[in-house]
Amino acid sequence: MRPRFEALGGIFTSRTKSLQLEMDRYFSLIDEGVLMLQEGIKRYLEDRVDEFELKSREIDVVEHEADKLRRQIKHRLYSEMLIPDSRGDVLGLLETLDNVLDDTKHVMQQFSIEKPQIPEFIREDFRELNEVTVKSVLELTLAVRAFFREVYRVTEHLDKVHFWEYEADKIEQRLKRAVFASEEIELLSERVHLRYFAGRLSRVADQAEDVAERLSVYAIKRHM
Amino acid sequence: MEVAGLLFLSSGLYMGWSLGANDAANIFGAAVGTRMIPFRSAAVICAVFITLGAVISGAGAAEGLSRLGAVNTLAGAFVVSGAAATTVMWMTRVGLPVSTTQAIVGAIVGWNLYSGSPTDSTALSKIVGTWVYGPILGAAIAFVLFFVVRTVLRRVKVHLITLDKYTRFAMIFAGAFGAYSLGANNMANVVGVFVPVSPFRDFTFMGLTMTGVQQLFLVGGLATAVGVATYSKKVMMTIGAHLYKLSPITAIVVIVSTATVLFLFASEGLKLWLDSMGLPSFPLVPVSQSQAAVGSVIGVSLAKGGRNLNLVLLRHIFVGWVATPVAAAILCYVALFFMQNVFMQTVYR
Repeated sequence: MRPRFEALGGIFTSRTKSLQLEMDRYFSLIDEGVLMLQEGIKRYLEDRVDEFELKSREIDVVEHEADKLRRQIKHRLYSEMLIPDSRGDVLGLLETLDNVLDDTKHVMQQFSIEKPQIPEFIREDFRELNEVTVKSVLELTLAVRAFFREVYRVTEHLDKVHFWEYEADKIEQRLKRAVFASEEIELLSERVHLRYFAGRLSRVADQAEDVAERLSVYAIKRHM
Repeated sequence: MEVAGLLFLSSGLYMGWSLGANDAANIFGAAVGTRMIPFRSAAVICAVFITLGAVISGAGAAEGLSRLGAVNTLAGAFVVSGAAATTVMWMTRVGLPVSTTQAIVGAIVGWNLYSGSPTDSTALSKIVGTWVYGPILGAAIAFVLFFVVRTVLRRVKVHLITLDKYTRFAMIFAGAFGAYSLGANNMANVVGVFVPVSPFRDFTFMGLTMTGVQQLFLVGGLATAVGVATYSKKVMMTIGAHLYKLSPITAIVVIVSTATVLFLFASEGLKLWLDSMGLPSFPLVPVSQSQAAVGSVIGVSLAKGGRNLNLVLLRHIFVGWVATPVAAAILCYVALFFMQNVFMQTVYR
C-alpha cells in the first residue's frame, strides 16, 4: 500500500522539504568546493604551500560528501516517484554538476602532486584565471538554484556564466602565449607543464559552461 | 422492470462504457500518462465523480437534448444510442476526432427523419451553437487561467519539488471537477434518449426518494465507471504522452477550463442564479468535451504568444462538426429500418 500512498506526492509528510534541503546542501557543497579552489590556488601562488595542502585535503572531503548526497538525492527522486516530468533533467543536472566539482578537485590534486614552478611574471595571470573560473561556477550554482525556484531568472545567470567562461578562455590563451614567448623559462617541459595547469584551471569554467548549456534547455522546457 | 427493458438499455450502457473509456481519459490522461497519479486512484476519483455529476446535475443537459427530439419507444432509443455509440467507436478506430455529443445529436436527427418527427430548429441551433461556443469559451477560459497561474507562480517562487506536490494535488482536484462536469453534462449523451421511456420507477429508501431518471443516470454513471476501469488506462497512456507536451501545469489549466465549459452548460443552479440576476445564462445542453479541450489547448497556445498553435487541431474541430453527426444520422436511419422491418420492433409512435 505504501508506494501508492507515496506516489500521491507525499502529501501528508514533509519529505519534499527534506529533499529540498538535501538539494540546497548539494549546491552549497559545489560552492564550497570552488571557493576552496579559489583560496587554495591563491595560497599556492603566495607560496603558502602548507595552507594550500590543507585546502586540498578539505576539498577531498567536500567532494566525497557531495558524491554521497548526489546518490541519495538520485535514489529518492526515483523511489519516491517525484517530479516525473523533470526528473531526468534534474538528474542530468546533478551529474554534470558533479563533473564541475570533480574537475575542481583534480586541479587541486594536480597542484599538490606536481607542484608546478610558476614564475613571478605569470602569477598575476594565474590569479586572474583562478578568480574568473570561480566566478563562472558560482554564477552557475545561482542559475541552478533559480531553476528550482524562479525559472524565468535562469537566463540572466547563465549569461554571466558564458561571460566568465569566455574571460577564462581569453586569460588562458594570454597565459599560454606568455609562457611560450618567455625567455625566462628555458625548458620546453616547464612550458608544457605550465600550459597544462592553465588548461586544467580553465577546464573548470568549461565544465561550468557545459552545465549552463544543458540548464538553458531544461529551463526552456520548464517555462510554462 | 422487464428483461426487454434492460436489453434495450444495453446500447446506453455501451455508450456509457465508451464515455468512460475515452472521455474520462481526457481528464486524467496527463496525470496518469506521466505517472504523477497512479491509475487506480485516478480511476476511483473519476468513477465516483462522474456518477455524482450524473445523478446530481445530469438532468439539465438531458432535457436540453430531449427538446431536439423525444424518442418515444424503448426500441427507438436503443437504436439511437447504439448508432451513436457505434459511430464513436468506429471513428475512434480509424483515428478521427470524435465527440459523443455530436454523435448522439446526429443519431437523434436520424430518428427524427425516420419517424417523420420535426426537428426543433431552435433546440438544434442552440446545441450546434454550443459546438462553436464550447471551444471558444474553452480557449478564453484557458487563456485567462494561464496568465493567472503564471502570475501566481512567479510571485510565490515555489521550489520545483514543492510545486510537484501541489501539482499532484491540483491534478486530483481538477480531475474530480472534470469528472463531475463530464458526468453532469455528457451523461445526457449516454442515457438522455432513454429519459422519456425510462424503465425505472421512483423508489424511496429510508425516507430518501430516488427518481426513475436519477436511477437511469446512476446506471449510466456505473457503465461509465466500468469503462474507466476496464479500458481508459490505455487511452490515458496515449493521451499522457500526447497532451503532456504542454507541461503538467498547463495540462491542469486545460483540464480546469474544459471542465468549466462543461459545468457552465450543465449547472441548473448557475442557470437559475444568472436568470434571477437578469444576466444571460448558458443553455443546458451537452457540449463536446474533446472540443472544449482542443479549444483550451489553443487558448494556452495563444497565451504563450501563438508560436505553438497547431492549426491541425482547428481542422479536427471542423471535421467533428460535420462528419460525426452526419455519420451517426445515416447509421441511425439505416439501423431503424432494420429494427422495424427485420426485428419487427416499434421504433416510433
